[in-house]
Amino acid sequence: MDCQLDIFFLEAVVNGLLLAGLLALLALGLNLIFGVIDVVWICYAELVMVGMYGINYAYKGGMPFLVAALFGIVLVAIAGALLHFLVIRPVLETPPINQLLVTGGVLFLLQAAATMAFGIEFKNLGIRLGSLNIIDMSFSWSRILAFLFALAGMLALWLFLSRTFIGTAIRAISQDRQIMPLMGVDSRKLYLVTSAIGGGLAGLAAALMVLQYDIYPQIGLQFGPLIFMICVLGGLGNMIGGFVAAFIISQFIAVGSSCFHTEWGYAVAFLFFMVAIFIRPQGLFGSRT
Amino acid sequence: MQSGDRNGPPNRLGPHSAKSVALLSVTGLTKTFGGFTAVSNVSFDVGEGEIVGLIGPNGSGKSTIFNCIAGMYVPSAGSVNFAGEEIGGLSASRICHKGIGRTYQIPRPFRNLTLLENVALSAWFGQHGKTVRADCWRQAEEALAMVGLPTDARTTTDGLGAAALKKLELARALATQPKLLLADESLNGLDHSEMEQAADMLQRIRSERGITIVWVEHIMGVLMRVVDRVVVLDHGEKIFDGAPRAAQSDPRVVEVYLGADVAA
Repeated sequence: MDCQLDIFFLEAVVNGLLLAGLLALLALGLNLIFGVIDVVWICYAELVMVGMYGINYAYKGGMPFLVAALFGIVLVAIAGALLHFLVIRPVLETPPINQLLVTGGVLFLLQAAATMAFGIEFKNLGIRLGSLNIIDMSFSWSRILAFLFALAGMLALWLFLSRTFIGTAIRAISQDRQIMPLMGVDSRKLYLVTSAIGGGLAGLAAALMVLQYDIYPQIGLQFGPLIFMICVLGGLGNMIGGFVAAFIISQFIAVGSSCFHTEWGYAVAFLFFMVAIFIRPQGLFGSRT
Repeated sequence: MQSGDRNGPPNRLGPHSAKSVALLSVTGLTKTFGGFTAVSNVSFDVGEGEIVGLIGPNGSGKSTIFNCIAGMYVPSAGSVNFAGEEIGGLSASRICHKGIGRTYQIPRPFRNLTLLENVALSAWFGQHGKTVRADCWRQAEEALAMVGLPTDARTTTDGLGAAALKKLELARALATQPKLLLADESLNGLDHSEMEQAADMLQRIRSERGITIVWVEHIMGVLMRVVDRVVVLDHGEKIFDGAPRAAQSDPRVVEVYLGADVAA
């Protein structure tokens, strides 16, 4: 163990903070869908993968990056709505395990389809944004921008949820699904809108990740378990809880990697998660049911 | 017993019911759950501007009829006609858009929203998003003012008592701008003065807004003072349809519901 309060430690803490923005964005999308529709999209990270491939090919096809990123967001938003319409809606009234298994099936389907369509080689956009150097610390601009855009995305969602009637209905429906239709709310449309927004957030995450990570069919496995861990730690369906948990977990990853070894970062984070869940099974911000 | 007299003249007309036009017409309504028949071949009309009491002992089928009218249940047989249009089997949200508002016996507010948000949400979606936002907020304020709740944007549901929660439930239904209000046991859990106020409020809603009301209730005394007509149910069947005073002297109603003390 080599853990000292030096400049490298501080660099690790800041990098953890930057990673947290992206993880919080992903956790927010998953929590939004669970909070409203009461279904866990096991394949959420695979939607990010779809978005990354979409942006990759759009960019390499000649679109400017910002246009390609917008294309990716819309692509995954449509994918999210289709996922709900074609896969979730038919099993909405069935036991949760059925819903879990069908989204698990979509996970394997998307991975297999991506492998068949794009091959197993790693792809990247080849965009290099350089680094911001402060004293002896170095922070990549792609991470800094990802953090800022993730925060902006979350702020936009918060404004949507708090300032529009559809957003207010999304906040309310998880409390009482039965009464909503009596107020004139078509729950089916609300679920579809929520799925599209959840997909759109995955698309935004994809646009931020293509600047940092290589694209390959199994990239979802790198982030999927982490996102679920964050959501459960924050209290499944609790958007604020997920946001805070993302910052906690990312610090464990970053500082754990700095103090031990890169490979140990995730192990330390999972160890913390297990201890926290033993103590608070409902999550740090979840309410006991 | 007075049954099947749906076309008979109402004994006491409300201010908007002079022509006695049927706004709601329930015909041969039957609802079964597996082998159990909750409602059997029930028919009644509700004239425009009337306040009709739907009464009966527990398990008599009152709430099932409400749920069939409001779209929570699909009728097994029969029809529900509202303003000349068949609505039986439509979704609850579509029925709300057609002009039927409903309150619940046990208030179900959204605790994470303010009172105003609770009601404004109804105003927006109840009118199918066809109004402008500013109108929805104004209508929400009007509905809250009508039931006597604070109209500011900050008050939450925290600490509201049973009577206030019932009022919120009523305001939410009113904000959908209904032509017909289905009020489900609005007096349940209230003390005597609150009951009187709630009954007066329903009368005021009818007189000021011209809203027709079907009122399910257990507490007979206050209801009888306000309603124009009562439909009495027992074991899923209609056993009486007529004036409140006539109900109180009807032997079968007395036998199954009112009890000897009222009959006397």
